[in-house]
Amino acid sequence: MPAAEYDQASLPDLLPLYYRRLFPFSQYYRWLNYGGVTKNYFQNREFSFTLKDDIYLRYQSFSTQSELEKEMQKINPYKIDIGAVYSHRPNQHNTVKSGSFQALEKELVFDIDMTDYDDVRSCCSAADICPKCWTLMTIAIRILDRALRDDFGFHHRLWVYSGRRGVHCWVCDETARKLSVAARSAVAEYLSLVKGGEETVRKVTLTDPIHPFIRESLTVVERYFSPYALLGQDILGSKEATDKVLGLVPEDVRKELLVEFQTIKNPEKRWGRIETMAKNKLTTVKKGHYFDKEIMLQYCYPRLDVNVSKGVNHLLKSPFSVHPKTGRISVPIDLRELDQFDPFDVPTISLICEELDLPLVAGEEEEPEDTKENEKEAGERRKIRDYKRTSLAKYVKLFDQFLEEMARSRKGELLRKSDFQKDF
Amino acid sequence: MEFGSKGNRRKKMLVNAQAEQLYGHCLQFYSQPPIENISLSEFEIFAVERLKLLKTVENLGVSHVKASELYNKKLDKELSNLNFPIRAEADDKKPFSVPSEYDKRRKDHISHFILRLAYCQTEDLRRWFIQQEIDLFRHRFNDLKAQYKKEFLHRNSLHYDTITVEEKNSLTKKLINSSFAVSGVTVKEEDFYKVPFQDALDLVRGRKVYLQEGFVYIPHMDIVTIILNDFRTRLSKALALTARSLPAVLSDERLQPLLNHLSHAYVGQDYSIQKSIGKISLDQIDPLSAKSFPLCTRQLHRALRESHHLRHGGRMQYGLFLKGIGLTLDQALQFWRSEFVKGKVDADKFDKAYAYSIRHMFGKEGKRTDYTPYSCMKVILSNPPSQGDHHGCPFRHSDPELLKQKLQSYKVSSGGVSQILELVKGMHYQLACQKYFELTHNVEDSVFSLNHPNQYFIESQKLLGGPGAGVKVEVKREDNPIPKPSLVAPCQTPAPGNVPQDVAAEMSEDLDSFFQDA
Ligand code: SF4
Ligand SMILES: [Zn+2]
Repeated sequence: MPAAEYDQASLPDLLPLYYRRLFPFSQYYRWLNYGGVTKNYFQNREFSFTLKDDIYLRYQSFSTQSELEKEMQKINPYKIDIGAVYSHRPNQHNTVKSGSFQALEKELVFDIDMTDYDDVRSCCSAADICPKCWTLMTIAIRILDRALRDDFGFHHRLWVYSGRRGVHCWVCDETARKLSVAARSAVAEYLSLVKGGEETVRKVTLTDPIHPFIRESLTVVERYFSPYALLGQDILGSKEATDKVLGLVPEDVRKELLVEFQTIKNPEKRWGRIETMAKNKLTTVKKGHYFDKEIMLQYCYPRLDVNVSKGVNHLLKSPFSVHPKTGRISVPIDLRELDQFDPFDVPTISLICEELDLPLVAGEEEEPEDTKENEKEAGERRKIRDYKRTSLAKYVKLFDQFLEEMARSRKGELLRKSDFQKDF
Repeated sequence: MEFGSKGNRRKKMLVNAQAEQLYGHCLQFYSQPPIENISLSEFEIFAVERLKLLKTVENLGVSHVKASELYNKKLDKELSNLNFPIRAEADDKKPFSVPSEYDKRRKDHISHFILRLAYCQTEDLRRWFIQQEIDLFRHRFNDLKAQYKKEFLHRNSLHYDTITVEEKNSLTKKLINSSFAVSGVTVKEEDFYKVPFQDALDLVRGRKVYLQEGFVYIPHMDIVTIILNDFRTRLSKALALTARSLPAVLSDERLQPLLNHLSHAYVGQDYSIQKSIGKISLDQIDPLSAKSFPLCTRQLHRALRESHHLRHGGRMQYGLFLKGIGLTLDQALQFWRSEFVKGKVDADKFDKAYAYSIRHMFGKEGKRTDYTPYSCMKVILSNPPSQGDHHGCPFRHSDPELLKQKLQSYKVSSGGVSQILELVKGMHYQLACQKYFELTHNVEDSVFSLNHPNQYFIESQKLLGGPGAGVKVEVKREDNPIPKPSLVAPCQTPAPGNVPQDVAAEMSEDLDSFFQDA
């Protein structure tokens, strides 16, 4: 099927269709309701909508799924952000005494944006991405997901493509949602290795001993480094690129290598020399010299926006929101097929809307309407059939699996608790 | 606590059993409030002296590496000068020395509770108080001999789960690689505690501990971390409770002025109140930035002019600085708009996405907090710059090599450059900045000690006789008996690994950070 070209001007026409027939409201509600365990968890959640011409509506909140549904179908937001669960209903925040309206809980979130890698990718810059630099996102997900699971013990991590140039992670475990600002920032800092702004050249500094977390992360980077950085980005190719890398090694080493590189041109061989020099240093000098590892990390290690993770009340673009510039849907990423994930394959709103208009495939005919069935259920069923006919289906299914996992562990938790009580 | 009427200077002695329970150990967890009567004058003395002590803790914490030899020595000296308890066994043999160990412990106890009253009222005060009390406690606990540490744990019923020998053996390598201080011998001989990572955030943040499945494995020598976490949790809960009962305490008209006074003593000048607001015109900013801005804001100004954009951290730091030197809201809006529209943002988008946050800075939107310009401490310690950022303190956040080039391009002599770099190396960032000030203003010894970028600006304008010189900062309380931080010691900055956790966490509230940069 021909991929529908997305045209920004068509967004106002497509959004109503998307929210009426495709947006997975019931899963969405199921997610944010978290089994209804805590009172008003969904009701006190902040949503924020961006309308045409960048008009922000903050502090929106809804009592029920259908209220949310109706509102979204009415205003057809260009972008949806999710905020915290507050002490009161966000849409009444003006009526509560100031100071008592407080953000209580939120998923622990991470935002990785390709623009933060501009100094280490040569293929694109700013908002542009290509299959080459997308590897950076793959590396980021592998490293962070492992640490969040093994080091921090979080089980429910939803990775989502942002729709344009990055990825988000929503850690949904109950313990994660309850973390304080200080704890969130500690987690984010534990996970940050690349430090410093425009005024810092050497952004990664390793000291002895190398923490197990860094070792694990290096293992991931090592897998991608040669094909991605040496070949793909050609970081030891041109004179300019090579100088940049050599800016990160000690002066005496740099001098030596500059001479050697006049004859050694092959990037892999050049890298081999850097590694050997680092190893030699390591045995001759007491203090650790890890410049080879530092270079790998500076070029490949995930760059998090710590401020996004830190704040309980920080807003983050919602899964299944549309990216107004690219038209792509913010969809969950299947980690089992991470290396195959291609952002340019992610369906655009125009594509899935077009798919709706295609004639039904055989075996998928309209079922006879059950006359007794009430209208709401019928509407619900129709919607399910609708998204199933589009390329959105596999992503909704992924989301469903994620929710199912969570429900299962919630149930396990409840059982455990009641067993525990019986023991007394 | 009860307060005796005026003139009742005699304290009531406690019955022995109670005294033993409260003061049997030189270190307290402050779990029981004092129940005796105390005179107003003693109340005041205790409060003022503890405040002095906490100020010293704060100053030492920024000018020395915490727990370094010098830090410990100086803090011990202050403790003994002010007659607070230092060592567990001190004076045991000399029960009649004046003041006695009992008096010191009692003072430690009561003065802590008095300051709780004065420092429970706002978030800022609580944060400050908790941070200093924690540093003080850490020092005093670390100072104890092993036997007294154990006794302290026992007295306060603090039990933490240790891991089994088998678990230890299976993790040996990981434990050793997780901390500089852990060796094979430590793993073998010491107990390791296993606690949720939330209870040892400082260790997690610095990756100084082994972390698995949400639990950290802490060697016995670091047990203070867990205790401190306990201490912090209890203290912040207690302060919240105290705040609730405060109105009753404040109805005592003898106490109210005293408590208010105490709680205001900790803040330095905040450079937010300008007498001559609007004295600076927008076209003066370029020349002023070269002459009188410290490097941090000069760097921001240049980045803004060059890229016609600043990311959130830069907008906050620079925007508040400009507000501090006297720009009006209208001027600020005009200034930012005119620069942003030269870049990728059109006027319409500016008004929608950025104007709000500028009005917010001036307290005209949202919570209507009047934000104050960032001090050097805040710039240096919190929210370090990352990719694409130009904020921060160049002395702290630039590579020495780049800093050197920059200084050279600003015509600092090579002797001057190396003096500055030397200070930077010793982590004396503010002193380095002050040295830069002296060199560029041709003064030998500046009469102020630098702790605020806006102070830098004002001092510079004073010397140069510029328009910013008339900007007189309102000093809050001239009759203040407590030394202001700037008079005590030049504020310097702790080692990177030493960042107090609350400073690092505090910047999350700025409203426009809710939105990512578009
Ligand atoms: S020391 Fe203070 S004034 Fe000087 S550059 Fe750093 S933050 Fe700015
Ligand atoms: Zn690319």
